[in-house]
Amino acid sequence: MKKDIRICGFGGQGVILAGFIIGKAASVFENYHAVQSQSYGPEARGGAARSEVIISDEKIGYPRPVGVDCLVAMSQESFDTYRDDIRDDAVIIVDPDLVKKHEIGRKLYKVHALKIAEELGNKIVTNIVMVGAFTSIYGLLKPEAVKESVIDSVPKRFTELNVKAFERGLEAGKNALKEL
Amino acid sequence: MKYIRDPKRIREVLGKKVQFILGDIACVYGGLLAGVSFFGGYPITPASEVAEGMARRLPRVGGVYIQMEDEIGSIAAVIGAAWGGAKSMTATSGPGFSLMMENYGFAVMTETPCVIVNVQRTGPSTGQPTLGAQGDMMQVRWGTHGDLEALAFAPSTVQECMDFTIEAFNLSEKYRNPACVMTDGEVGHLRERVVIPDEENLKIIDRRPATIDKKDFIPFTNSQTIKNCKVPDFPTFGTGYRTYVTGLTHNEKGFPATDKQPDHERLVRRITEKISDDADKLVMVEEMNLDDADIAFVTYGATARPAESAMEMARKNGMKVGLLRLKLVWPFPNKLITKLAKQVDKIIVPEMNLGQIVHPVTEFACKHCEVVSAPKIGGEMHLPMELYKYLEGK
Repeated sequence: MKKDIRICGFGGQGVILAGFIIGKAASVFENYHAVQSQSYGPEARGGAARSEVIISDEKIGYPRPVGVDCLVAMSQESFDTYRDDIRDDAVIIVDPDLVKKHEIGRKLYKVHALKIAEELGNKIVTNIVMVGAFTSIYGLLKPEAVKESVIDSVPKRFTELNVKAFERGLEAGKNALKEL
Repeated sequence: MKYIRDPKRIREVLGKKVQFILGDIACVYGGLLAGVSFFGGYPITPASEVAEGMARRLPRVGGVYIQMEDEIGSIAAVIGAAWGGAKSMTATSGPGFSLMMENYGFAVMTETPCVIVNVQRTGPSTGQPTLGAQGDMMQVRWGTHGDLEALAFAPSTVQECMDFTIEAFNLSEKYRNPACVMTDGEVGHLRERVVIPDEENLKIIDRRPATIDKKDFIPFTNSQTIKNCKVPDFPTFGTGYRTYVTGLTHNEKGFPATDKQPDHERLVRRITEKISDDADKLVMVEEMNLDDADIAFVTYGATARPAESAMEMARKNGMKVGLLRLKLVWPFPNKLITKLAKQVDKIIVPEMNLGQIVHPVTEFACKHCEVVSAPKIGGEMHLPMELYKYLEGK
């Protein structure tokens, strides 16, 4: 088993942190091999950003994705850039408020991550909602492991907010699964 | 105030035993575990996280981080700190490494232990700042003028970034020579699991101090405490041992002696032979599937990863392909390469440059087998498929 996961959006949304949390969950809180790489523009905010995680039950040689098994898109620009660069059976997860033009004749999972984060009082946790949704939709990692990874990766004073965001994301992911 | 390595404190600062961290941060951990107490930093992508990580952690273990005005200032400070008794290091990338070359040679000539992490990016000049390369593999060997032996590691994994930084300190302290960790933007900016070794499994080598009666001490000669060792005992500044430190050719007392051939030959022979005499003992490689191989990759660092993937694809298709991964690239494992060349029909050398380590490979293999360079530049590592095609001879 080897899965290539790409999370993309714009700089400042926390797509790198999202990939980091997933990679850490897989390799520290579960027993998989994982690597996480990233690329981003020179801007601190805005610009395209992407984070790539490979999770495998064997040692990982080449550390970049050669095909994408799961695409999580949090901006229109990044969705347009990466939507074709995926395997035929890839799982696609988008926030339909951030990726308005997402009807491309493929099934995809819609998660209103930004809206949920705003309901929680801080849109900064949009990425963590997405991590939760990814966890329940993709089903590769145990929710407990990912939750531990979230707690281990965010500043202590924001633990509660992030755990809430993660759990709301898990829930939203389950609903998205039912809808499809 | 003298720094005393405090394992408990270091481990508190490093945190959990198993972590998911960047290659650059793993170099920080390696340095801290080795007992680094001075870091002269100047940030440069993709090495900035090393300086940042040290700036956050080193003061907490009682060490000193100084932000210098540029890279040559950084290594100058590192050399000075080493003479004050510190295990000291810096980290940079291509353009900064170029700027350090003069003082890199000064560290060799003055037999100063120190560690340089070079998170290589593309060049020449400022190149592609955020992207990885392996373009400085010859520079670390020949980039500063004159005769020297280099000590250069090439980590392929984040774990090795930590392990090899510790090892770089060990070799640097043992041989009183700068040691380099030649990582790259790919591995430096990769996150993977690392396991921090327990204290009892950690091998730490410290430089051998001068202990002889002060009036009999000779600073630049064979050890005065152990026999037949070409590495002099170290007279830490402030301990009362008289010495004089210069980049000029010097006599055994350290004073400039620049006009006589034997003085120079004696000095430079000793500072190169202290390493080259041990070259066979220093070989550090990983051998994969070489027993029955007809074709072998010889590679190092990030590039070993797609090469390993290509090897596995080939093995599944019945091709007898092996891989020799150089963990320590310099000193170069001459004899091992010749032995391999006698066994296989072809050696392929993938590198993220237009062909550097392929040259010493060719030097020691070409009488016995074909050697093929597999270059890739532009800030991307080879795709496994690209390397597979070399195996097919395409």
